[in-house]
Order: sequence, then structure tokens, then C-alpha cells
Amino acid sequence: MLDVGRHPNISLLAYSEVEKVEGQEGDFTVTVRRKKRYVDETKCTGCGACAEKCPTSVPDAFDAGLGTRRAIYSLFAQGIPSTHTIDPDYCRQLNGKKCGICQKTCQADAIDFDQEDKILELNVAGIIIAAGYDVFDPSQIPEYRYRELPNVLTALEFERLLSASGPTDGHLDRPSDRAVEAEIEALEKKAGKSKRMLEKFEKKFDESSEQFYKKYQKGEYQDDDDRKKWADKYVAYSAIMEPLEKLKKKAENFTTAKRLAFIQCVGSRDFRFYPFCSGYCCMHSIKEAIIAHEHGPETTSSIFGMDIRAIGKGFEEYKIRGGNNSNITYIRGRVGEISQGPNDNPVVIYEDTHERQVKSQEFDMVILATACAPTSGIIELSQILGVELDKYNFIKTSPFSPVDTNVPGIFACGCVGAPMDVPESVAQASSAAERAAEIAIQLQPEKEKIVA
Amino acid sequence: MPENKDNDLRIGVFICHCGSNIAGYLEMEALSDYAETLPNVTFVQRNLYTCSEGGVNEIKKAIKKENLNRVVVASCTPRTHGPLFMSSCGEAGLNPYLFEMVNIRDQCSWVHMQLKEDGTSKAKDLIRMGVAKAALLQPQKPIMSDVQLRALVIGGGIAGMTATLSLANRGYEVVLVEKQKTLGGMLNRLNKLGPVITDAGSMVEELTEKITQHPKITVFTNSQATEVQGFIGKFKVDIETESKTRNIDIGVIIVATGGRVFVPEGLYGYDGKRAVTQLEMEQLLKKGLDSNIKNVVMIQCVGSRNEERPYCSRICCQTAVKNAMLIKEQNPDARVSVLYRDMQMYGVENEEMFRDSKAKGIRYMNYDPEKPPEVNSDQVSVYHSLLGRELSLPADIVVLSTPLVAQEDAVVTSHLLKIPVDENGFFMEGHVKLKPLDFATDGVFLCGSARFPANIREAIAQGLGAASRASIPLSKGSVVVEPIISVLTNEEACRGCGLCVALCPYSALEIQNTEKGRKVHVIDVACKGCGVCAASCYQHALSINSFTDQQLEAQIDAFLEAS
Repeated sequence: MLDVGRHPNISLLAYSEVEKVEGQEGDFTVTVRRKKRYVDETKCTGCGACAEKCPTSVPDAFDAGLGTRRAIYSLFAQGIPSTHTIDPDYCRQLNGKKCGICQKTCQADAIDFDQEDKILELNVAGIIIAAGYDVFDPSQIPEYRYRELPNVLTALEFERLLSASGPTDGHLDRPSDRAVEAEIEALEKKAGKSKRMLEKFEKKFDESSEQFYKKYQKGEYQDDDDRKKWADKYVAYSAIMEPLEKLKKKAENFTTAKRLAFIQCVGSRDFRFYPFCSGYCCMHSIKEAIIAHEHGPETTSSIFGMDIRAIGKGFEEYKIRGGNNSNITYIRGRVGEISQGPNDNPVVIYEDTHERQVKSQEFDMVILATACAPTSGIIELSQILGVELDKYNFIKTSPFSPVDTNVPGIFACGCVGAPMDVPESVAQASSAAERAAEIAIQLQPEKEKIVA
Repeated sequence: MPENKDNDLRIGVFICHCGSNIAGYLEMEALSDYAETLPNVTFVQRNLYTCSEGGVNEIKKAIKKENLNRVVVASCTPRTHGPLFMSSCGEAGLNPYLFEMVNIRDQCSWVHMQLKEDGTSKAKDLIRMGVAKAALLQPQKPIMSDVQLRALVIGGGIAGMTATLSLANRGYEVVLVEKQKTLGGMLNRLNKLGPVITDAGSMVEELTEKITQHPKITVFTNSQATEVQGFIGKFKVDIETESKTRNIDIGVIIVATGGRVFVPEGLYGYDGKRAVTQLEMEQLLKKGLDSNIKNVVMIQCVGSRNEERPYCSRICCQTAVKNAMLIKEQNPDARVSVLYRDMQMYGVENEEMFRDSKAKGIRYMNYDPEKPPEVNSDQVSVYHSLLGRELSLPADIVVLSTPLVAQEDAVVTSHLLKIPVDENGFFMEGHVKLKPLDFATDGVFLCGSARFPANIREAIAQGLGAASRASIPLSKGSVVVEPIISVLTNEEACRGCGLCVALCPYSALEIQNTEKGRKVHVIDVACKGCGVCAASCYQHALSINSFTDQQLEAQIDAFLEAS
């Protein structure tokens, strides 16, 4: 990323969209909308002081909604460019409220609430589509009860939990436990406020609330309005403390997730959704299980799959190593259902096809290896570019010209064409660059080639 | 602190606040006050953002006004802004290599956020060490070397042919060397190509014609590269043809030597007639299958995913499915059973083909590697691990899916080009994820099944990709290398033992016979400055520019001088 950001021959137009493409190979005119960030790119140094001071917290999309960010933000710490952006849906200032704290904080004077979209026209010889893919939304599969059971996560959500810079600092804290902890925090805040109120009365009448309330219940002070208020406040306080104590007791037993289940082919190889194989998910699950084991050596993982497709260089060896050294068990079977067990533990119900038995097993956390879905804006983009899609909405290419689309001069690489892993994507990126360079040199040697 | 301020040395220290990233957690004034006390420091300045235009201009201004001849910036990591500060020094007329960077953000303020005093004291240590090293820095000049605008592609299979044509279309001369009589490699031995069934032969013909008629391409068949000298941009390669050996100047090399099919001698009754490999089945299909063949059993993972060959060969399942369907096409009432461990039909096209094959009646049976199938005279018995019982399948022919293995002469090629092979004998790329088509050695690239088994789509994509990687030095016409490289600073001391040559991961060292005897020679443009040679030389003959023993010792001494 850094290399892209710094390369003298690359103009990086982040936060921008292609709106129109005209012309033909060797001579395309591309209209690009540069969306307003409300931050001047030429001034912003990416220091992050604005985000530190911004008062508005927003669910963090990069952390798969598991953490929070501010209304002014950069997508993630190492993002290129480091220029920050104001989220107009949440920013107080842009929603008519009084704020502007970021503007006051920014020492580079980069905040510009009056910024508008800019339209750019680019003249390019070739176009490469590298628009990637989307993660399949598993809430479409009713039997897996994603979103309904708190400890059923997608592989990408789990990736954030494993990350040292993620919402749990790399600890496998279960979402159900985190929810309880958040509740405790909220209740403690409320209890503190309530307690301060009681203290005022205690000071005034020089008596503990508890003692007072006992007397009050026995019928004393019934005509004293002030003490009546005190009694009400004490009842309210107790109503907070009771669940709080219960939750605290519950939280004492919380540990990180140790028993993990990985379910393969969630949305892939499934006629209801995507019949194709997403290719990379088997290895992704194995990697996540190995890393989880590195975090806690007592972690055990079960990977449920039809075939474990460890097809790349060193992959089968990695799979075997995961089994031998990282407590991974590979179970051949498709999971039929996930249900709720005690203590928010998901229970996986499956047929072990080698033992020809329907079984169920309880886990601390279940991770869904979701399908590689075509990226959501692809239909619109394909219409703008005039490129053909296959029946699943991946960009259509042929095995014999693997990065050429039907439009001469427009190429595709990576998962926008079909699901693939990192090395294959990297190799394809070079292939697409090569094809674009051929076009640029043969047709328009004097014109600048850029990647759109 | 020693008081002997060397009059020649004028070191400027710039301490960055990084907004509040550093200033929020360290005592900045204490840092700048401290820096002023350090030997040879004649100028100290703090900046809100040293990397901003204003900050950089301050450095330039100070170099000129204060006549600085060394610059130290204490800020973030050199990975982000090192190059910016270096070029700024250059713009102000100071040699960019007289610059030193100290990371007081990542290494101090960020990791010791809660410990202001300790973080500040560590930052002082780092600045003192940086200043001590800066005093000994020497000016350097980037190293430039021309690139011969000619590529050598070794191997004329689909990956090599694709790379060759692509580079030639870009306007570069390409020499294509093929061991066999004709171009085409493995394609010559295949029947149809999946997943969209296409004739392999006509594809080879078409490509061969394009290649042989291309004015920029020279093809040597029945030939081999036998000697390779030199380095990126300036290779000298001996190519031995039937008639003679010629020496050709080459700029970049692409390795596309492919793989070969493992022959399962002694496994599952292999005899090349009744039990054949998938490759042999391709030939039978090409000729037209005997119409008496009614029962076909295919066995997957023959000779792979075992102790001897632990890898999955990636493409054998798709080959089996393709051939199973072609058998059905020729003999529609044939019963084809595929005995498998995992069906590796990854991706969109493969899985689709897999599904189609089931619809056409191909039967798939899961076997357990602990209880492998047994091939008898006219039947195969197998424990069907999903049914949980032994099955006996009549078999007129048994087809064994064997892996692609490394070429027999891969080791020779490896020595020739000084490129590594992995434990399975395939060539080892620069980085498994991020540099799949490069080698650690500059100027040599990789594609196709020489890297790892690849199907036609992958081999073509990699051929194009390797051409792209190889075209970078060609299009620049020269290579420019950072001068942070190894130098034979003490030629007398070098005994020509060659220890460093053996250890160098980039093939950047060689032993030369000089008037003074055997001495090591550093190939400047190939050296990455990793320092392995300097660290291992027991004679201390080699040293790394900007990381000399003296400079590092000065840093260590400065560290040990407790402040």
C-alpha cells in the first residue's frame, strides 16, 4: 500500500467512483467523481488529532461492527492515503448541530465543511478492474442463526477478534460476554449517578440509605416529602444494583473462547445461494484455527467441511501441520443446524459422513466461512464499462485469456473475475498490468496509462 | 559527554511532535534541550509535523543557513518518511546519505504511552545513538547499471510461450529456449483442455505460429542454457543447440520449465495398459477410446498427499473430471467411478464442471487413505467410507491420477541460475504470497508448473504476469540501486574463503582471481545490503555502507554512556 501511495507514476484517487467511460482501447475518457471528504487532502497530515477529539462514536465497519470509530476517521490505522474523512451521516456539524471540534483541533487547517464533490476526466489507454468481492451475508441461511446467536461469527469478524489492533486487542472475547461487560459498564455508570444522589440525602439526614429505608418501610417518615423522594431514589438504586450484581457474578466466570467450530461452504456450494466453490475459505479457516491456537495453546478447533480444498503451494502440508500441532480436527460433513446451548454456547448439529451418524457438539464460538460474493456495485460498474458478467455476476473472462474482458482494452484481475487466493490475485494483477501495457505501447505510446 | 566538538561536523537534529502522537506522551522540551548538549550538534529544532511541507522546508532552510553537514530527524519510522527526508536533504545540496532517522514515535511514544518519563529517557538514548552514528556517515552515490533489452525465456510450454509473446508484443527481443524438438511442452501430450473443452493441439499450433513469425523472437528448440554468468541487466548465457553453443547477452530471465507427471511404478497395478496415468488416458482419448471399455475406475492422489510427496498437486482432480466426461462422451454407456479423498474442484469453473459430471452419471466414491483401493485383474475393491462397506467395482481400465512433480533437471537449473527449490523440488518464489512470480535474486522470474502445478488458465495468467515483472527493468533500461550495499573495505584481509558467497541469499558475491590472489567481489546491483556477508566474515573484510562496524560501534558506545 505504502509503495502505491508513494510511487511517482501513480495518482491514487481514493474515495472516488467511475461514472462514465467513453472511447476505445488506447483512448478511453473516464469520468471520475471524487467524493467530498470534508477534509482537504493537500493539507491533512493524517495525524488523527481530530478523531481523538470527535465526540461522536460510530460502529466501526473495518472492525466488522465489533468496535467503534469516530464520525471523522480513516478506515484503519495504516490506510493509504492517511487523509481522514468525515462521515456525513453521523457528523454533528453536518447534521445541523453545534460542534466543529475537529475544525478547531486540526492544526493543519484541513477541515472544510463546505467541500463539494469534484468531477475529473481522465484520458487513459487501458482500464483494469480490480473491484474485489463482497462477503456473503450468512443471515440468509436461517438454520445457522447468524445475528440471532451472539457467538456465531463470520470468518472476517473472527479475523478482527484475532487482530492485536482489533476491538478486543487480539483476545478471543465472546460477543455475548462483551455484551454483558458493556451492560455492566452502562449499569455502573447509572449506579454511580444514582449513588451520588443518595449521598446527598445521606449527608443531609446523616444516616445511611439502607438504615433509613428499613425505618421507612416500617412506616416512619411517611409524611416527609423529602424523605419520600429519598426512598424512591433508593428503590431505583436497588433496581440497578440487583441486576448489576448478578451480571458481575456472571462475568466472573468469563474466559476467552477455547472450543471453536469452523463451518465451511457457508453460501458456497449451495444451490440456494452460490453453487460455486469460493476456493480460499478452507485455508482461511485453517489459518484462523492455527492463529487462535497460537493465542491460547489449550484452544481446540473443529473444521466441518465436505472437501478440505488445500490446493495451493504448501497448503496440504499446512493443513496437516494444523492437525498435528494446533489441535485441529477435520470433520467431513455439512452442518445442518446451529442451536443455542447453555451459557450462550452455540451447538452444532451435523452428520459425520465418515461415521454415518448425526451428532451434536457444543462450542464456545462458531465461525462461518462465508462465500466470496460478487461485489455489490458490479452490475452498475459493468454497465458503465460495457463488460459482460457471468451468471453469478463475476466478470466474464476465458481460460485462454484469463484477464481480458469482452471489451478490448479493459481487463480484470482478482476476485472480481472469480474467487481466488492472495498469490493468484497477485499473479493476476501482474497479468492484467502486462495486458494493459501491451495495449498502451501498441496503440498509444505517448499517453499515460493509469489504472482505473 | 565528551566536550571535543569537531569543528568540521555540524549536525542538525529535528524533533517531530507528530501532532500529539509524540508530543502528547514525551517531554518535547527536555528532548530538544538534551539534543543541544550532544557532541557535534549545532542546531536543534522542534516541528509540529516534520513531514509536512513546512517541516521539510525548515530542514532545507537550516541546512543552508546553519551550514549543516549531517541531519538527524527524530520522528516516525523510516519506512514512511525516510525517503522524503533524504530527498529533501538532497534538494538542499546535502548528500542524502548524510541523513539519519530515529524512531521516537513507534518505539517511544506509542509503546510507552503510560510512561512519560521512561519514554522520554528512551527517546534521549535513541537520539544520542542517532547523533553518534550520524557523525560517522559518509556520502554515497546511487549505483546505476544498464539493462540489456533482451529477455531469455527457459521453457516453451504454455507459460513460457505466453510470456515470450507478451514481451515481444511489448517490443522487447526475446530468446526462447526449449529442450524438446517442438514448442508446446505438456500441451503436446494433452487431448482436450478443460473446463471449456478445447483442442490442445490446435492451441499449440496457433501459438507456435505466432511465435515463430514474430520478428522479435528467436526460438532455439532441442537446446539448453548451459552456463549463466552475470546479474540483472547483464547476464551472459551460453545456449547449447544441436549445432553449436552461442553466448548471448541477456537482461532478464524467465524460468518456465514446467513439471512432469509422476509415473506410478509399482502402484495400483500400473502397467501403462490396463492401469494407466491420466496423461496416458489423454492419449487414448485422442486416438479414440476402445468401445469395449465399459467400466472405468479412476483413483485420485496416487503418489501424492503421502509421506513421500505431502503436497496436493492441485490439478489432478479437474483432469480426472474432464477425462471422465470425455470417456462418457466417447462411450456413453460406460460406467466411470472416481475414487477420491477430497475433490479439489476449487473456484467457479471447476465446481461447475464437477456438478455437470455428476449429472452425466460419473460416480464419486470417498476412500480412506488408511484403507486404499486395491486393483485386481478385472476389478477394483474399495472401502467406501461414506457407505461404510467394501465395494467391488468391475474395471476394464484403471486410471491413476498422479501428481505433477518437479522436472528431473530442476536442480541443474537451480544451480545454473542460483535460484532455490522447495522441499518438493519446485522453484521457490521470492515470497509465497506477495511475490509469487519473482525470485529473491533480481532479474530472474518464474511462472507455470515450474513453480507449482497450474492449470491452463493459471499457467497463462502467470506467463503474462512474469512478463510484466520482467518488463519492469527492461522498460526502465537501467537498474538503480540504493548504495546501502556490501563493500570489500579491507581487500588485504580477504582470503577468498567463499563463506560469504555461500551464505549470500541474492547471489551478489563471487570469488575472483586477482593479482593479489582469490578475493571476493561484490556485484553492486545484485546486493540488497542485508549484511549477512559482513556479519559472517571472520576477517572483517566486508562492510555495509551506512552500517559499518565503526558506525554501529559508535551507536552502541553512545547507548552505553548512560545519560
